[in-house]
Amino acid sequence: MSLTERKCSCCGCENPEKVQVDAILARYEGRKGSLIPILQEVQSLYNYLPKDVLEYVAEKTNIPVSEIYGVVTFYSLFHLNPRGRNIVRVCQGTACHVRGGKLILQTLEKELGIKAGHTTDDLRFTLETVACIGACGLAPVMQINDDTHGRLTPDKLPAILQRYE
Amino acid sequence: MQHIRAHVLVCGGTGCKSAGSKDIQLSFAKNLEAYGLQDEVMVVETGCHGFCENGPLVIIYPEGTFYCKVKVEDVKEIVESHLYKGRIVERLLYREPMSLEQVPSYSEIGFYKKQKRLVLENCGAINPEQIEEYIAVGGYEALAKAVTTMSPQEVIDEVKKSGLRGRGGGGFPTGMKWEFAAKSVSDKKYVICNADEGDPGAFMDRSVLEGDPHRVLEGMAICGYAMGADEGYIYVRAEYPLAIKRLRIAIEQAEALGLLGDNIFDSGFSFKLHIKEGAGAFVCGEETALMASIEGKRGMPRPRPPFPAVSGLWGKPTNINNVETFANVAQIIVHGADWYCQFGTERSKGTKVFALTGKINNTGLAEVPMGITMREIIYDIGGGITNGKKFKAVQIGGPSGGCLPENMLDLPVDYDSLIAAGAMMGSGGLVVMDEDTCMVDVAKFFLNFTQSESCGKCTPCREGTKRMLEILTRITEGQGVEGDIELLENLAKNIKETALCGLGQTAPNPVLSTLKYFRHEYEAHIKEKRCPAGVCEKLANYTITDACRGCGLCARNCPVQAISGKIKSKHVIDQAVCIKCGACMAACPFKAIIKG
Repeated sequence: MSLTERKCSCCGCENPEKVQVDAILARYEGRKGSLIPILQEVQSLYNYLPKDVLEYVAEKTNIPVSEIYGVVTFYSLFHLNPRGRNIVRVCQGTACHVRGGKLILQTLEKELGIKAGHTTDDLRFTLETVACIGACGLAPVMQINDDTHGRLTPDKLPAILQRYE
Repeated sequence: MQHIRAHVLVCGGTGCKSAGSKDIQLSFAKNLEAYGLQDEVMVVETGCHGFCENGPLVIIYPEGTFYCKVKVEDVKEIVESHLYKGRIVERLLYREPMSLEQVPSYSEIGFYKKQKRLVLENCGAINPEQIEEYIAVGGYEALAKAVTTMSPQEVIDEVKKSGLRGRGGGGFPTGMKWEFAAKSVSDKKYVICNADEGDPGAFMDRSVLEGDPHRVLEGMAICGYAMGADEGYIYVRAEYPLAIKRLRIAIEQAEALGLLGDNIFDSGFSFKLHIKEGAGAFVCGEETALMASIEGKRGMPRPRPPFPAVSGLWGKPTNINNVETFANVAQIIVHGADWYCQFGTERSKGTKVFALTGKINNTGLAEVPMGITMREIIYDIGGGITNGKKFKAVQIGGPSGGCLPENMLDLPVDYDSLIAAGAMMGSGGLVVMDEDTCMVDVAKFFLNFTQSESCGKCTPCREGTKRMLEILTRITEGQGVEGDIELLENLAKNIKETALCGLGQTAPNPVLSTLKYFRHEYEAHIKEKRCPAGVCEKLANYTITDACRGCGLCARNCPVQAISGKIKSKHVIDQAVCIKCGACMAACPFKAIIKG
């Protein structure tokens, strides 16, 4: 079912998601170069970019879906699949690399039972790598949602993960 | 008027924040109240002090006492002892890593002594979320001077005379860039600030944006005046949420006071600024790719000419500089080019901020005059190598730069000397490596980075870096063959000459510089199938030494049953079966298993 066909589950009137997407589109109407900010806002609504929503954005902005798909797949911060409630970004930058960032990643992969780039089945965690978050002084580091955790050692990880439901 | 007798500066940079500085700030407020000091002592959240290694940092003025690694539990003691009774809390003072001496005040610390802080002068000294604090230390004076007393050409001439060169990597003279854009005739021009700091190991732009955002805005407005632009964009990585937040606040406050917007200082000059958040693509640090990204497209570079100064954002003349470059401008205008020229060398003027990271005692940001030696940066400011290990190499300039060995430590750090040595200034990341670092692995690390960040538009970069990475991977896995080194050199040369943009043209640098200075390590991997630093897992050999007590823990932890031996006697590893996972070494309570 497409975004326009989906109805509100309680009253059957217009889908509230669509109302929000429309509000985003209205805010950027007539502003040039607004595709990326539109996608960023839509993604923060859904946590990812659902296919039908992209089709709806394409229709409303007159930008071909192919072009939108090209942009979405080019940038690493856009996602086409649902993501976990908590996003774990393990830094694999130079400073973290020489201070054991790889071991942190391997330990997290083992703890969560998923490889980098994947999401746990219960949608609790998505594990990603990032090239540098600019907190090299605290290497090795990871970011969970907006919190930065530094000076990591493998044994500190389980306790940190527990704090995120 | 309220009399404030002391200021407590709590660092609110990303490093200290993630180490818990917000709670410390709250605890200070609470404890000051408990001692009835809330009206005479003020708590200020500042930007980054650069000494992230020792965060969270708390500095108390007027004495300039420097407390490190402060915990929430320490706050009560600081308030009671220092602020109430006037006694310094000695156990929280900084100790020099080499001499272990305690240093009571900010200015005496080795890390700061050799620095010359021009760009970072306000970072850590003012509250970045209050424009009044920036104005109080002379902020926006340069903009006022430029738009009310100087012609655009005079501004350009002053910047040209100062010798300021682009701090983002290339080192192109800033004044010349402005002049090109000024000479282009158009109804619309743009100024762009490149804050897409993507080099792994570099975080100076982030610290400037978080600690002193107005300085960047002021530099951009001066540039806009000089080249005739009335609109600008700051392109920031989305990975820097705090920088984005502080820039938003700064722009709002500057607009409210008429320092940005229409008819600034009644001069008829108007300047409007927007923030564009990046979406995660390293190549967008390249100027033409960055502009494509602002336009809402895939961020791919295009051939130059035409240069952005002629045809840039939406086809209009555009000038792009990076954060640190813009942060230098205000002081050049206020103090003049002659004053600025006293810092630095003949061809590299001013200072450069370096991000010191890796196996170094004092991790953090250090701003030094150009021309200082690498040795001074690493040993005098950086406090030497961690755990007393031996220095092996310093990687400078991120994925576009190179690794320099010990005999290059006395090289003066400036644009031209570094290029001659096979590295480059880049954005100023300095990653120090010790004897435990494998240089082939480092080269592979950087190539892996550029390879995955290659946008795929031109063949040399898309295919060439992939082939180079395959060769390096095979070398680190013990599958290297004779001729691999020559093949790498050949590919590197071709990619350097034929790639479309800076990312591709510089991608082979980490490989070429390690080949130049650490060729023997490559040879050991290829010919002897040995990793001298013991980093490459597939080449590691685990052996059990005589320290073995025969507890059997290793054998129980081995996933492939490669370890045998009787209880209470020395065990042995069957090298033919061993998969080199390292589980035995981690399990051994007597440190009897060695890797090499």
